[in-house]
Amino acid sequence: MTRIPLRPLARILQARASGANPDRIEQENLALRHHTLREAQRHQSQARIFLLAAAFFSAYALIALQMGKLAASEPAEPRSAQIGPSINASRADIVDRNGNVLATNLSTHALYIQTRDLVDPPNVAQKLAALFPELDEAALLRRMTDGRSFLWVRRTLSPEQMQAVHEIGDPGLLFGAREMRLYPNGQLAAHVLGGAGFGAEGVDSAEVIGVAGVEKAMDARLRDPASAGKPLVLSLDLTVQTTVEEVLKTGISMLSAKGGAAILMEVATGEIVALAAGPSFDPNDRPANPVTGNPDDSPLFNRAVQGIYELGSTFKIFAAAQAMDLGLVNPDTMVDANAPMIWGSHQIKEFEDKNYGPLLSVSDVIAKSSNVGTAHIALMIGGERQQAFLKALGLFDPSPVELIEAPSAKPLRPDRWPEIVTITASYGHGISGSPMNLAAAYATLANGGRLVKPTILHQDAPYIGPQVLSEAAADAALTMLRRVVTEGTASLGDVAGYEVGGKTGTADKVKKGGGYYQDKVINTFASVFPISDPKYVLIVTLDEPVESSGAKVKRTAGWTAVPVAAEIIRRTAPLLGLRPLVDPAAEPAILPVNN
Amino acid sequence: MRPVIYVVGFLGLIGLGAWAYRENYATQDALRQVSDLQDEIAVLRESLAVQRAEWAFLNRPDRLRELVTLNFDRLGLFPMEPTQFGAASDIAYPAPDALLGPPDASAQLGLGQSAPDLTALPAPVAPNGQP
Repeated sequence: MTRIPLRPLARILQARASGANPDRIEQENLALRHHTLREAQRHQSQARIFLLAAAFFSAYALIALQMGKLAASEPAEPRSAQIGPSINASRADIVDRNGNVLATNLSTHALYIQTRDLVDPPNVAQKLAALFPELDEAALLRRMTDGRSFLWVRRTLSPEQMQAVHEIGDPGLLFGAREMRLYPNGQLAAHVLGGAGFGAEGVDSAEVIGVAGVEKAMDARLRDPASAGKPLVLSLDLTVQTTVEEVLKTGISMLSAKGGAAILMEVATGEIVALAAGPSFDPNDRPANPVTGNPDDSPLFNRAVQGIYELGSTFKIFAAAQAMDLGLVNPDTMVDANAPMIWGSHQIKEFEDKNYGPLLSVSDVIAKSSNVGTAHIALMIGGERQQAFLKALGLFDPSPVELIEAPSAKPLRPDRWPEIVTITASYGHGISGSPMNLAAAYATLANGGRLVKPTILHQDAPYIGPQVLSEAAADAALTMLRRVVTEGTASLGDVAGYEVGGKTGTADKVKKGGGYYQDKVINTFASVFPISDPKYVLIVTLDEPVESSGAKVKRTAGWTAVPVAAEIIRRTAPLLGLRPLVDPAAEPAILPVNN
Repeated sequence: MRPVIYVVGFLGLIGLGAWAYRENYATQDALRQVSDLQDEIAVLRESLAVQRAEWAFLNRPDRLRELVTLNFDRLGLFPMEPTQFGAASDIAYPAPDALLGPPDASAQLGLGQSAPDLTALPAPVAPNGQP
């Protein structure tokens, strides 16, 4: 830029010559220079404003473009951000406490037909009917040709069946991917696992939902994608469960029983180590729910949880334990046991019209299973306190165990509680509960009087329940239970080395219309072992058992449920890692040996 | 000076363009590889599930019991019984080796479990010079 001088000599001289003021020239030039500078500044500011406007415009344009793109484009997950290996959408496995698989998933295919693509429907119908015996050729052909465009043929196919269908070679036969539930151990723990079926079904996938047992009770947990990789750990022990089921099944068939149930529970935690019910079924091929007849005739009926039975004399120990807890009696107190006992219009009799009286110690009342003695103990306690105690033991409420059948199996009890109910309830009549209720109540006695909550899930930490009974009373009750086995009604239950204690219960079955059957009984043996340090509670219930090996047909629990329970203890205790206790005197001392 | 800056600038631009082009395709390659790997993981996971199911099926207690019964003459396995528990004192001490003499003597010599024929040779010398 060339600088113009403010006072150009030529013009000054010219102005001087003409007599004009040369300062005017200077002012004129100064004004001109200022104008030029201002113009330059204005341009600069304009450029800056334009730049700023452009920057804002492009920023907003970018945002608008991005918004437009998001609105207009298909949503897709960014491929690079996929969390690959941890995504696992299938239903969680179920395993036992040692990690053995009880239920898992298997991918399979469903078979469906698009009828408009079918080339030769009669041929397809004939070949499919030959492949799958449950299909009816005529019905299938009718469904293919009655105008519908789509039909399901089978929900699951084995790979061999799928290949065979491929070989039919008709383009109308199509496969949809499926995930199916597999129970590799077959009938094992069927009543715990329940079974699974398909929920909402589409062509490409179908929901697997639990239909019974723990599969249904824990359905939300099993389907939760957040914990799909983590198996649900049950408290069952596969080996022990197998053994219990085997012995129970043998017992049911040897004693010609209609059914039976066995529950083996850990005392300290309330965890169920084995739960068996017979007859059983295969959860892989779960039979349909019965619509006619008695529900308990179906193999689906879980006698351990759903079977609401009068549990009979097994309740007597509760009366004795409570009376001792309240300080009303001690094990040696003599109580009136003079049978028959007349109460109003009722007559309380002993088994086979015996009379153990006139007086019997509380310990003997339990050992001999005296109804009259228990009735007198219950009258000392009174109805109110008796109800409160039975409720505290959980005998009035459905068992909290995590099986879908449990909440609906509500124990039955009379609405009113007159003294005659106090009497009958003390020996387990007129009040019903499930074997699971009984197991929890016995576990509470064995747990030093601390309430035990039964559970089928393996727990991280033990549940510490409230004290419902003093420890001294619970211990005294256990000692009485031991006497039942050593010198009372359950002598067949004495498994050498395991200090079994327990109480038998024989209850006549209740008729539907009222009253009792004469020759149909429910036999229960509730046992605790080893008594000196209770670890496990075992409940064995048999439905209509008959011991007919001798001259006289026997139906008492001592001859039916007790031997079955004894065999279960003999077989499972070593599996549970319990050493048999041997006579301390006979145990060889470890001698100090000098090497 | 200015033309040099222009030339360098253009060359830089071309270089960056080439780099961006390469990176773009490298990224697409990597993404394809990731999705292939994910497919492979899914397939492997499925076959793992099948194998686990088969393992559980083959190890079901019914089958194991049958196999144990079939192979009883080779395995001789019995169900566990309370009588199978023993006391520590029931376990016999190892029988003394006839060739080595009483076990405590060999312990003193430091021979331990050495083979019997070595005793006939002169005592072997350990690297640290101790017999």
